[in-house]
Amino acid sequence: MNRSLRPLLATTIIFVLAYALAVSQYPGLLSTRVLGNFLTDNAFLGIAAVGMTFVILAGGIDLSVGAVIGFTTVLIAVLVMWAGLHPLAAFAVALVVAAAFGATMGAAIAYLQVPAFIVTLAGMFLARGAASVISPDSIGIKHDFYTAVSQTYLLLPGGGRITVIGGLMVAVFVLGALLAHRTRFGSAVYALGGNPTSAALMGVPVPRTTILIYTLSSTLAGLAGAVFSLYTKAGYSLSAVGVELDAIAAVVIGGTLLTGGYGFIAGTFIGVLLQGLVQTYIVFDGSLSSWWTKIVIGGLLFMFILLQRLIFSASAPSRKALWKA
Amino acid sequence: MSILHKTALAGGLAVLLCSSALAQGLSGKVVGFSQIGSESGWRAAETSVTKAEAERLGIDLKFADAQQKQENQIKAIRGFIAQGVDAILVAPVVATGWEEVLTEAKEASIPVVLLDRGIEAPEDLYLTSVASDQVKEGRVAGEWLVGAVGDKECKVVELQGTVGSSPAINRKQGFEEGIAGAANVSIIRSQTGDFTRSKGKEVMEGFIKAEGGGAGICAVYSHNDDMAVGAIQAIKDAGLKPGTDILVVSIDAVPDIFAAMVAGEANATVELTPNMAGPAFAALDAYLNGGTVPEKFIITESKLYTPADDPQGEYDRRKGLGY
Repeated sequence: MNRSLRPLLATTIIFVLAYALAVSQYPGLLSTRVLGNFLTDNAFLGIAAVGMTFVILAGGIDLSVGAVIGFTTVLIAVLVMWAGLHPLAAFAVALVVAAAFGATMGAAIAYLQVPAFIVTLAGMFLARGAASVISPDSIGIKHDFYTAVSQTYLLLPGGGRITVIGGLMVAVFVLGALLAHRTRFGSAVYALGGNPTSAALMGVPVPRTTILIYTLSSTLAGLAGAVFSLYTKAGYSLSAVGVELDAIAAVVIGGTLLTGGYGFIAGTFIGVLLQGLVQTYIVFDGSLSSWWTKIVIGGLLFMFILLQRLIFSASAPSRKALWKA
Repeated sequence: MSILHKTALAGGLAVLLCSSALAQGLSGKVVGFSQIGSESGWRAAETSVTKAEAERLGIDLKFADAQQKQENQIKAIRGFIAQGVDAILVAPVVATGWEEVLTEAKEASIPVVLLDRGIEAPEDLYLTSVASDQVKEGRVAGEWLVGAVGDKECKVVELQGTVGSSPAINRKQGFEEGIAGAANVSIIRSQTGDFTRSKGKEVMEGFIKAEGGGAGICAVYSHNDDMAVGAIQAIKDAGLKPGTDILVVSIDAVPDIFAAMVAGEANATVELTPNMAGPAFAALDAYLNGGTVPEKFIITESKLYTPADDPQGEYDRRKGLGY
């Protein structure tokens, strides 16, 4: 077994154990309906988390994700309801705006050498502020396209449904995995996260890769915003507050190293499902405070950070041995 | 307005009729409750009253706090549907975006009752909604004041809620309706106190200064109790006696205003009841056990409390609810 696969394996085992434990208590959890809900209800989080995985793999952080989602929902609502655009055209505009926003942040990080934390924090305030300026109220979206999308789903035996947005999230994960593990861009991201200096020496175009990473993250956040607007059929400036933190949690629980250079897109998927499982369990229980979700996620995060420490300190002696030889 | 009156009466009547037949009731039923969060004392009280009502009726209540997020509410409702609950209560955080998930509930034949806020969705997606009538709350307060001052000339200062918020607009309108028939009662100053105690005190201080040390003010009408409590402080600071020199009437009926009544410093409050679940459970009982479809909009009672209504007892009853 490849050592580098251990965190992914650990996440998977924890998810399976947690799910089995939850099912033993509430058998109703093992239904296609719940599985379908996992995908539908976490679609926006999952899509944003794919972008976040790339950012963290490259050793960065993107705090603007939730705000970009909120901004996108408002922009789409305004374009559809006030300007009369077709939703698909509105999505296209929103994605372009989000991509440009991400590229700008990426350029600031790459060329001005400002920490990603600060740049994306500024981005977060900008996007959230802009959304509230456009409309502080929730704007309902009524359009045949939205109705059609919500009525389109794959009915599974047992009453579960794979919705358009749930399916879209799975597709984004598959494409994200291909991009990370099978392309030159993906290798550049890993190299950059491992060590930017040596990556540059190896001929990785560092500024260009950085810009592309943040463009990708914001574009996916924009897509998550489109999904969110399909999910709630509304644009609201305060929607998706704190989703960036949930996405970071999903990435880390999924086994990606916060310092970069190491991790898997598939792990993030399980990280997202694990968060969904905790929330669903608490709803099924019905007597626990919903804030237990945060406590459990916090505990899992802490555990994974410890786990990563252990794995990497365990690999340190072998490196020393190599030098001696 | 007469329609509202009728609806309120019918709703109240339905509640009375049902509560007498509660014996077979909802005992053993599973009801999911998606609450917005615990952003205000009233909200916390609503949660604890709902839990207490459920326990009294033997209902297995599944409670989900959405932490002010619609996505959490949608997730919770989907979770309830997957679990196959008998009914769902929702206090919606925003008005939009409920159609899809409520359609799913409808397809699963699970009745949904909205609590204290409305939504923008076709009415066939929910069984009924239980809410207060904010205009009526203001009207009850205004009518009380007209009755209390009799023929005496009365100049009123008004502490408004947050500008543009629906309770502020409706409670202002209702109060104006309530005093419309009395030529001797008039509003001379009106300003926002943002629903907060500190702003209520500050604005009242301004009113007193502007009206010659408060001599020209006969009563203060506050859109909520918190601002009234602030105003009482300002009146005392100005060397006047709240409740006697300046009458204090407000809305909400939180414990602190009853404490003020006990001290003789507040004169009347109109209750925004935290018991939205009571009428909701009654409607569900009638529907699930008898197939009776309730009114689409159940209006809760806007009850007036004065020092004659055992303020100490009301205070004791409420203080443990989480206000």
